[in-house]
Amino acid sequence: MAQIEEVVIGAGQAAKNYWRDLWKSRELLWILSRRDLSARYKQTVVGAGWAFVRPFATTVVMVFAFSVVAKLKGDTGVPYPLMVLSGITIWSLFANTFTQISNSILINSNLVSKVYFPRLIMPISSMIVGLVDFLVALLLYFIVCVWYQFLPGPNLIYLPLFLILALLASLAFGLFFSVVNVRFRDVAQLVPFLVQIGFYACPIAYSSSQVEMSHQVWWYNLYYLNPMVGIIDGFKWCLLGDASFFKIEGLYSTIGFIAVVLSVAIYYFRRQENSFVDYI
Amino acid sequence: MKVIVAENIGKKYIIDHQKAARKGYTFRDSFSEKLKHFFGQGDQDEIEKEDFWALREVDFVINQGDRVGIIGHNGAGKSTLLKILSKITEPTHGKITLKGRVASLLEVGTGFHPELTGRENIFLNGAILGMKRHEIKQAFDAIVDFAGVDQFLDTPVKRYSSGMYVRLGFAIAAHLNPEILIVDEVLAVGDAEFQKKCLGRMHDVSESGRTLLFVSHNLTAVQSLCNKTYYFEHGRLKMQGDTKQVITNYLSHIATTKLVHTWNTPQEAPGNDEVKIKSLRLEPDYQDNMQHIDVRTAMRLQIELWNKLDQAELNLSVHLNAYTGECIFNVGTQSQIFNKGIVSAELEIPGNFLNDGTYVISIMVVKDTSTVLYQMPEALSFEVEDYRESNLTWYGKWPGYVRPQLNFQISQSEVLV
Repeated sequence: MAQIEEVVIGAGQAAKNYWRDLWKSRELLWILSRRDLSARYKQTVVGAGWAFVRPFATTVVMVFAFSVVAKLKGDTGVPYPLMVLSGITIWSLFANTFTQISNSILINSNLVSKVYFPRLIMPISSMIVGLVDFLVALLLYFIVCVWYQFLPGPNLIYLPLFLILALLASLAFGLFFSVVNVRFRDVAQLVPFLVQIGFYACPIAYSSSQVEMSHQVWWYNLYYLNPMVGIIDGFKWCLLGDASFFKIEGLYSTIGFIAVVLSVAIYYFRRQENSFVDYI
Repeated sequence: MKVIVAENIGKKYIIDHQKAARKGYTFRDSFSEKLKHFFGQGDQDEIEKEDFWALREVDFVINQGDRVGIIGHNGAGKSTLLKILSKITEPTHGKITLKGRVASLLEVGTGFHPELTGRENIFLNGAILGMKRHEIKQAFDAIVDFAGVDQFLDTPVKRYSSGMYVRLGFAIAAHLNPEILIVDEVLAVGDAEFQKKCLGRMHDVSESGRTLLFVSHNLTAVQSLCNKTYYFEHGRLKMQGDTKQVITNYLSHIATTKLVHTWNTPQEAPGNDEVKIKSLRLEPDYQDNMQHIDVRTAMRLQIELWNKLDQAELNLSVHLNAYTGECIFNVGTQSQIFNKGIVSAELEIPGNFLNDGTYVISIMVVKDTSTVLYQMPEALSFEVEDYRESNLTWYGKWPGYVRPQLNFQISQSEVLV
């Protein structure tokens, strides 16, 4: 018989054991992620192929609209389609993970009311699912860049850094929304809206080098306040080399934002998670 | 060995009494209200908070191997207690010390994903309930066997019949090996055979030295399975102890007692210018120190009324309805000529006739066998409790409105050699 452990339940006790319980529930995390991934492609025709099709189709449309019709240019020496595809890859990671995290509690409402586990497991499993999608999209990128014969250089080493920053950013914003969404169901409407605005506010269709030209204008600093700008530029720099414009100062706001928002978000989540049961 | 020690447990919920009901309360409403307060224009009367104590001053000690039944009305705090024991919600104050792993079955098939196959859901559900992967693998064949879904393991669970679904859910939970197993009214679903299997399994669990907590409204099941019972009422632990005693106490409290109605004067009595009801009385014929009505109890319905009419041909009609409205039977007296004064009637309802359930009696006073002088719908109501012979091991709800003991013979007519 395994060693019998003694557990004490009382007001405030759960907080003491939280991180230990989180580690103990790691198998559940794995199971939930697997469940989301495998359920997605059941009874579908294209199946896992969708993970390729979406970024590919978006790139084609954007190349047509912005490059061919509007004649927007990327950085010199960088093929426009590659710049767009790399931007989309990292942006999709952020956008999809953010959206999934904000819904994660509600989607799993049946578990919340019946089973005990640290609730943080749910947002984290959404992150894992988002990460898997990202890896598939990245694979697509490598295939395309081989076709363009524009292989990434040594900057590639820094890719995991920007990947982690993007994940943390999506967690920070997603956690906030996930908590508020449980209590006020209309807040969820904001999320797709923010994602759409973000798409244009971030250097995906265009390069930050074009923003540089307006660095005297009032909105220049506002632009760099957007935490995703630094991440996207950095990610593009990893894949496309030094030809792709990247200003390291853009990362200041990113790191600042993430540090502050993430700590506040986790604190807020932890405070509210015991009352999820009452509002679901 | 003490496995669960609860000290002064209390759980408080704060209920808002506001104009905006919780469900329709949007972010905008909350935001504008906060703004109003900020500008000093908030309406103090708008927010009224009430403390609702779902549990209060609950103390108990459960020893290893105990099979504890938990009974009480809906809203007594039973499920709240289970949620606290399962760590889904925290107590407002108080402390519980648990020794050993706890597995809770608050709902069958928790976390089942309809698109995944039975096989995949076994691993999913097992992990959600707290089993490690290797444990699930070991118990896999036993689970499939218990549920009887071998043929359908690779079909998505959304194609399962509701019976298969429930069997699979319980099969997984039945093979958990926790030190403490908590089960909440899951026997409300499933057919009789399944319920028997579940009860048998829960019995085995405790035989092997584990502790069981079982919440149920099926008092027959609680009686057969549990050695101790806790009776909760309005959030307090009203009584704990030997199962039979606690159940008897519980039953005598829930009998919907509108067994007697009397009016002293015709002025205050219900009725009209022709006839007024004086008293209604349902007298159960208790045998052997019984204190509540069960399926065996015979009863008498005694009716008295003031008759204002002279030389009127009257008869009384009684309708017995189920709580849901269906009429079980309608019976009437012979029609007779009565004079002004008091008229009394008595209806004998035999024992071993009605099935368990809640019943409502309606009375009608009729003149000349066709004109209704006065009606009193829902004049009295009463509950009939279940009773099972001890040799019966089936615990489902006995079907039918009536449960007469008819002569039903069975014998061996021929032996094959």
